[in-house]
Amino acid sequence: MTTRAATTLDGAGQRPEHRGYVVAVDQGTTSTRCILFDHAGRLVAVAQREHRPHYPRPGWVEHDAAQIWRDVARLVPRAMAQVDASPADVVAVGIANQRETVVVWDRRTGEPVGPAVVWQDTRTAAIVEEMAADGGADRFAPVCGLPLATYFAGPRMTWLLRHDESLRRRAERGDVLFGTVESWLVWKLTGGPDGGEHVTDVTNASRTMLMDLRTLDWSPELLEAFGVPRAALPRIVPSSQVYGTARAVVPGARIAAALGDQQAALFGQTCFSPGEAKCTYGTGGFLLMNTGTEVPRSSHGLLTTVAHRIGDEPPAYALEGSIAVTGALVQWLRDNLGLISTAPEVESLARTVPDNGGCYFVPAFSGLFAPHWRAEARGLLIGLTSFVTKGHVARAVLEASAWQTREVVEAVEADSGLRLSSLRVDGGMTSNNLLMQTVADVLDVPVVRPMVSETVSLGAAYAAGLAVGFWPDTTALRRRWHRAAQWSPAMAGDVRERGWQDWQEAVRRTFGWVRHEVP
Amino acid sequence: MPGPIQSVERAAAVLRLLSGAGRGLGVVEVGNALGLAKTTAHGLLRTLVDVGFVVQDDDGDYRASPALADLGRPRTGADDLRAHAVNWADSLAARTGESVRLAVLHEGRALVVHHVFRPDDSAQELTTGTSLPAHACALGKVLLASAPVRLRGSLPAMTARTVTDAAALRRALVAVREQGWALEVEELTASVAGVAAPVRDRGGLVAGAIGVDGDADRLVDTRGRPRAGLVPAVRHAARAISRELGARPS
Ligand SMILES: Nc1ncnc2c1ncn2[C@@H]1O[C@H](COP(=O)(O)OP(=O)(O)O)[C@@H](O)[C@H]1O
Ligand SMILES: [Mg+2]
Repeated sequence: MTTRAATTLDGAGQRPEHRGYVVAVDQGTTSTRCILFDHAGRLVAVAQREHRPHYPRPGWVEHDAAQIWRDVARLVPRAMAQVDASPADVVAVGIANQRETVVVWDRRTGEPVGPAVVWQDTRTAAIVEEMAADGGADRFAPVCGLPLATYFAGPRMTWLLRHDESLRRRAERGDVLFGTVESWLVWKLTGGPDGGEHVTDVTNASRTMLMDLRTLDWSPELLEAFGVPRAALPRIVPSSQVYGTARAVVPGARIAAALGDQQAALFGQTCFSPGEAKCTYGTGGFLLMNTGTEVPRSSHGLLTTVAHRIGDEPPAYALEGSIAVTGALVQWLRDNLGLISTAPEVESLARTVPDNGGCYFVPAFSGLFAPHWRAEARGLLIGLTSFVTKGHVARAVLEASAWQTREVVEAVEADSGLRLSSLRVDGGMTSNNLLMQTVADVLDVPVVRPMVSETVSLGAAYAAGLAVGFWPDTTALRRRWHRAAQWSPAMAGDVRERGWQDWQEAVRRTFGWVRHEVP
Repeated sequence: MPGPIQSVERAAAVLRLLSGAGRGLGVVEVGNALGLAKTTAHGLLRTLVDVGFVVQDDDGDYRASPALADLGRPRTGADDLRAHAVNWADSLAARTGESVRLAVLHEGRALVVHHVFRPDDSAQELTTGTSLPAHACALGKVLLASAPVRLRGSLPAMTARTVTDAAALRRALVAVREQGWALEVEELTASVAGVAAPVRDRGGLVAGAIGVDGDADRLVDTRGRPRAGLVPAVRHAARAISRELGARPS
C-alpha cells in the first residue's frame, strides 16, 4: 500500500517515457475547454470558456469561428500554466469538436468568410425537403448512413454555396476552404495560410452526408447531388494519427488526433468492443453503441456513423441515437425564462417538488431527432394546471432528458438485439444527481459515471496519446476506466409505465406543428 | 486601530444610491451623485458586479442586485459547487486511490453534496444527500472551523474516539483553521479515517469542504499521521475548486 501511495501521490519515480501531458481541446457547442491529462489518464489542468451562440432569425444558430479559434489559443496556454508545462512537455494534442457545424474560411487571409453555421440550425429545411421529395429522406442512407435532415453538414454547405454565387466560384478554385470545426482548428494550429493542413477526421466526415461509409472517402455521387466542389473539402484522415506539427499556440507539439465530440466520448469511455455503449449529456444527448468493423443498418431511426479509426487499422462503426436538446433546455430555462441563474440550479428548483405535477416538456426546438426525425415538430409544454409551479417545470425539463434517453435506448436495443444491462454516462449534465437518478428510474437499469466525466476530452487525449506511442494500445486504456458513481433504479414499475405513456403521448402532439413556410 | 476604510464606505454609498434610484443608473450619474471621478465610480461598480451586489441591465445601466435581499444565501449553492468540483474530485480520487466527498454545512451537519467512489470498481453506494455529524468527520471539522456556530457542552459520541467535549473541539478547530486542513481517525466509524480542506468562494468565504476518506490503515501511519502526499493532494484539489469559484490564491 505504501509503495502504491508513493507513486500515485507525487509522481516522483515516474519513468521518463511517462512524463509529460497530452493536451485535449474540447470545442463544444456551449463552451470550449482545454484539459491536460497525465500518463495515468488523470486530469491535471483545465481551462474553460463559455461562448454565446447568435440567433439572427428563428431557426438560425451561428457561432463566431474566429472567436472559437481565439478561445482555443487562449485556453491552451492557460491550462498549461496551471502545471507549469512548456510546449516541450506536451507529448501530443488531440481535438474533439461539436460536429456538423460548418466553417468556411479564406485560404489566404486565414479568416472565416462568414459565421459558422451550427448543427442546431434549421435553415436548410427547404433544401432537405426538396431533395427528399425526389427519392425519399433515406435516398442517400445506403452510402452515407444518414437520412436527409437539417442536422448534417453537407446540406449546410449546399445552402451556403447556393446563397452566394461568388462563394461557389472561390470554392471551385479552392480559394475558400470548407470544414467542420476540427478542420478549422487543425488548419489554424498547423500554420493556417502558411502551410496549414486541411484535413478532417473520418468521424466528422461521417456526419456530412458526403462520405461513403465503406470507402471512407468523399462520394463523387453525393458531392454531385449536394453540389459541393471537392476542391474546397479537406482530406479525410484517421481519428488517431499525427497530422502535423503545431506552429501556433503550442509550437512543435504533434497534432495527433481529432474526433467528433460524441465519438471522442465513446473512445474516452473505452467502448472499444462491439456492443459497448455510452450516453453523453451536454447541449444535446447522444447515445452511441460500438458495432465493430461492419457497417450497421438501423431500422429504428438511428444513424450509422464511424466510431473511430486508429491509424491504418480498419474503422469501427457505431449506431447513434442523437437527441437535439437536453442541456440546451436547461440553458433555455436560464437564459430565456430566467427561472434559474445557473444551469446546475435547476436541480434545487426541481427538488422543491416531489414530482412533475402532471406536466411534460417536449423540447422539439429544432424538430425532433432520433428516433423520430420530425423536422416539423416544435416544442411543447403540456399538462398545465393552476397547480403547476416552476418547480414542476424544472422537473419536466430534467425528465425530458430522461424520457428522450429511453426512446433512443429502446431503438438501440431493437436494432442491435442487445439488452442494455447498465448505461454509461458522461458530460456536463452528469453532475446533476436528480437527473442521473431519473435516467436510472425511467430506464430501469443502473446508470454509471466513470472517474473522468470529461470523457470527450479524455477520448481526444487517448486517441492522440495512442498515435504517438504515449500509451501502447487500447487494452492499456481500458484498464484506466473506473466507476466513479452509480445510480440504481428506484421507481415503481407502474409509475414508470404511466409516465412513459404520458411522455409518448406528449411527443405525438408535437408532430406536424410547422404547417407553413417561415418567411 | 485603523480608521474607516474609504472604499468600503463608498461601496456602501453606491449601493444605497442604486437601491433608491428606482431605475438603472449610468457610471457618470453614479460618479456625479457621489462626487467621484468616472474611473473611480467605474471601478466600484465593476467590483460590486463581480461580487454579485450590482447587476448591469441590457442598456449597460447599473442596478442593485435582487440577491441583496437574500444575503444570507450562500453565493455558491450546492448544485454549482458540485458542478465546479466534479473534475477535481475525480482527479483527487484517481490520485489518492480513495473515495472523495464534498460537503456543505446544513443545519449544523455536514451534508454530502458530491461523492466519488474509491477507484477500485468494488460495489459502493452513493451517499450524496446524506448528512454526517460535523464534529466527528474531517469534512465537518473544516466547515465548523470557519462557521459562526456556538459549540457548547457535550457532543454525541459516534465511536470511543469521537471528540465529545465542546471545549476540546473548539481547540481542535483553531488548529484546523491554522493549518488549513482537518484530519479524523476513527471518530465517526471504526477503522475509517478522513482528511479534508476548505473550498473558498470569491472573497474567502468557505463554500464547502472536500476530502478523502477510507481505511485508516491506508490513510494514516502507525502514529496516526496522514500518509505522505495525502494532505497536499486534498489541498491541491480544494485550491483548484476555489480558483474556479473565483477565490484569489492564498
Ligand atoms: N448540473 C446541471 N444540471 C443540468 N444541466 C446542466 C448542469 N450542468 C450543465 N448543464 C447543461 O449541460 C450543458 C453543458 O454541458 P457540456 O457537456 O459542457 O456541453 P457541450 O459539450 O454540448 O458544450 C449546458 O447545456 C448546460 O445547460
Ligand atoms: Mg461537450
